[in-house]
Amino acid sequence: MSAGSAAVGDNPPAASGPAAAIAAQRVGKSFGGVEALRAASFAARPGEVHALVGENGAGKSTLIKIMGGRLAPDSGTLLLDGRSVRFAGPAEAARRGIGTVFQELTLLPWMSVAENLLIGREPRAALGLIRRAALAPEAEAVLAGLGITHIDPRALAAEISLAERQIIEIARVILRVPRILLLDEPSSSLVEREVTWLFARIRELRAAGTAIVFTSHRWNEITSIADRITIFRNGAEVGTFSGIDEAEAITLMTGRRVEARYPALPAAPAAERPAFELAGATLGATQDGAPGFGFSLAWGEILGVGGLAGQGHRELFLGLFGAPPFRRSAIRVDGRPVRIARPADAIHAGLGIALVPEDRKSEGLLLPLPVRDNLTLPILSRLSIGGVIRGGAERRMTREIITSLGIRTPSAAQPVGALSGGNQQKVLVGRWLLAESRILLLYDVTRGVDIATKHELYELMARLAGEGRAILFYSSDTEELARLCHRVLVLRQGRIAASLAPPALDAEAIVAAAMREAPPPAAHAA
Amino acid sequence: MPRESPDLAPAGAPDDEPAGTRRPRAAHIIGQNIGLILALSILLVSVVVFTGLFAFEQRRLPGNFEITSSVNNTMPLALAASGQTLVVLTRGIDLSVGGVIDLTNALAAIFLAGSVLHMIVVSALILLVGAAAGLLNGLLVGLGRLQPIVVTLATLSIFQGLAIRVLPQPGGSVPTGYTAVLVNPNAPSALLFVGLAVLGWMALRRSRLGVAIFAIGNDEQAAITLGIRAQRTKIIAYTLSGVLYAAGGLFLAASATSGDATTGDVYTLTSIVAVVLGGVSLFGGRGSAIGAIGGAFITTMIVNILFFAHIDPLYQSFYEGLFLVIAVVLGAAVGRLARRAR
Repeated sequence: MSAGSAAVGDNPPAASGPAAAIAAQRVGKSFGGVEALRAASFAARPGEVHALVGENGAGKSTLIKIMGGRLAPDSGTLLLDGRSVRFAGPAEAARRGIGTVFQELTLLPWMSVAENLLIGREPRAALGLIRRAALAPEAEAVLAGLGITHIDPRALAAEISLAERQIIEIARVILRVPRILLLDEPSSSLVEREVTWLFARIRELRAAGTAIVFTSHRWNEITSIADRITIFRNGAEVGTFSGIDEAEAITLMTGRRVEARYPALPAAPAAERPAFELAGATLGATQDGAPGFGFSLAWGEILGVGGLAGQGHRELFLGLFGAPPFRRSAIRVDGRPVRIARPADAIHAGLGIALVPEDRKSEGLLLPLPVRDNLTLPILSRLSIGGVIRGGAERRMTREIITSLGIRTPSAAQPVGALSGGNQQKVLVGRWLLAESRILLLYDVTRGVDIATKHELYELMARLAGEGRAILFYSSDTEELARLCHRVLVLRQGRIAASLAPPALDAEAIVAAAMREAPPPAAHAA
Repeated sequence: MPRESPDLAPAGAPDDEPAGTRRPRAAHIIGQNIGLILALSILLVSVVVFTGLFAFEQRRLPGNFEITSSVNNTMPLALAASGQTLVVLTRGIDLSVGGVIDLTNALAAIFLAGSVLHMIVVSALILLVGAAAGLLNGLLVGLGRLQPIVVTLATLSIFQGLAIRVLPQPGGSVPTGYTAVLVNPNAPSALLFVGLAVLGWMALRRSRLGVAIFAIGNDEQAAITLGIRAQRTKIIAYTLSGVLYAAGGLFLAASATSGDATTGDVYTLTSIVAVVLGGVSLFGGRGSAIGAIGGAFITTMIVNILFFAHIDPLYQSFYEGLFLVIAVVLGAAVGRLARRAR
């Protein structure tokens, strides 16, 4: 461990003098025998933006929950303005000036945006009765004051996109003018422009003297806004730094040196034998009558799909997997036409999908079930004789995949919900490798995954492409797309706005194509 | 705070973000109240069908007597359904409705007598008994963190047992003056109580408690994070429901003018039927007591229609079930269409 050498740092976090707005001193917290925090210390000053970074499971979220009043520490003290405090719950922390955006969103789905935004501070008339008619106009005004004009306050929270929900969640906390603002991965579902908005709000609050603590897995965001960075590893702080480069930070986070951020890509594949071809597909109701689009994907190719959120990526991936299928399109796998009307057809055609749901809990994995069952779900018929699963074969196959993908789990019997996000994603990929899928649709598998595990996923993708598999990869991280893909398609309003390949392929080009007013003549998106 | 930073508004491109386009206000109102609108529409249709059948049979339109008896017959269910709504909105369910109505009905048949003041005091005490029954449910569900279906299944039997203990044989009597006030047989004055229930609902909807009830039905964990006291809210919701069931028991006693410790049993299931017909989501957090009251009136109209259609009363429950299935399928279909229209 080379922690000392990398420290450009200033005062150690334990020395939280009276200057700290909020501080944790040797805080410990365990969940069922697993230590999430072990004597962790941290301090944030008024008027600073303080980033908390570390791998998934390093204890960042637990610390945020303790400071936000959602969890009580098992040991150690929490100091607010230098005085020891214990919160009965998040509401009490909020009354003491601590505003928290937890990682799990807390919008009430069947209530309107306005009701959610103004909950507890609704406009009231005589007898304290809420003026329901005034809710939406007031919410509209409040949102406009924060620079948000595109979200309809009358819509139900369930009707708006995940990014919009995240923005409302943030707005709800900001408009209560907290002295201390805690943000747990506030940007994980936001695109660039929304991140810019968030950072503008954070800068305003910082100027007003608010202490802001946030977690993020995107290094460029961290360096662009954080005044200080505290790195966590294994439930305790490693150190607090004012300036540190990414490689050093990763080393400190993981305790091991990660050589290169992105793996070397296998050579660009020959396009003459396409693994997968799509033609005439249309996305979204607005595209009725449009000519439709298509693309082809070669064996051994990693084809990226990028663009702003809500431009049809999800529909594209689900459509390719037949869940639900495109209304009309022609699909060829390995040169042969294939009809994909339902997921079973896609699986039969050799497609596998790792679709990480936007809220990371509803689709894909059966969280309470063991890793093993989640891995073998699509191949149970192959694994069983007369409806009875051959336990030995199942155990052997799952053991192999857990080893080869480096899924970090105590055993195959562990409920998949207990794994970290990145390892859950590996289970999703592993499932399709077991099913012998040769075409993998990977939808945002790196979102919310810590930097070290991301790196493992990158290497895995490069390896799978090297073995000849075809990969279609969507990511909200344009840097990632640019560095990891042979080609990138940029979707805009349900169409392919651009197809980028080296040397024209870089993050800026993807962003430019995504934002462009009129789509350019499609380059080579055949 | 001055702000010189970018807004989130789609810059100069009106169609830039499909998610940002606004639907008209009316679309929101209809979409968010589709269950209530559907319930009131079904009620309207059933009233029209009944009127048609009645006119065909009797060569005249339904008059004061028909309206009055329909309203009076519906009152206990309307109140029970309102109470059930409060519980269902918290993502619970209350099976003890029948037991509470049995018990309060029996108490009413025995103790309602004498002076006006005495009857007022007895009525208030009976409402308190209902509150106590609801409180018991609320404490077990709220503090005990037990499953509502299990808790209320158990308390249903307890309340039924207590009712039998109070009134072992059907009997007792209710003073005619009491009947006249609650369920005046000569005019549909009980509609006044329906109006009160609706007003009470609208006030609740605009109160802190109402917000809390809806919030915990939406997402209990999120509600707690927002500072809503889930346990207390549940206890209050169940207690209020108990009061409404007891009011139902009083109306039942007033219409029957005597007591029976088992006549309330049906209200466990019919209150759930009314809630479902009224468009209240059994998953909690969505719905309206106005819809549930509408649902109660729908079930009465169905009984009336079956009567005038000369359906053997033995088949009544068969047809009631049939109508319920149709209504639920219709509700799901309309909801799906509304979602697709977006």
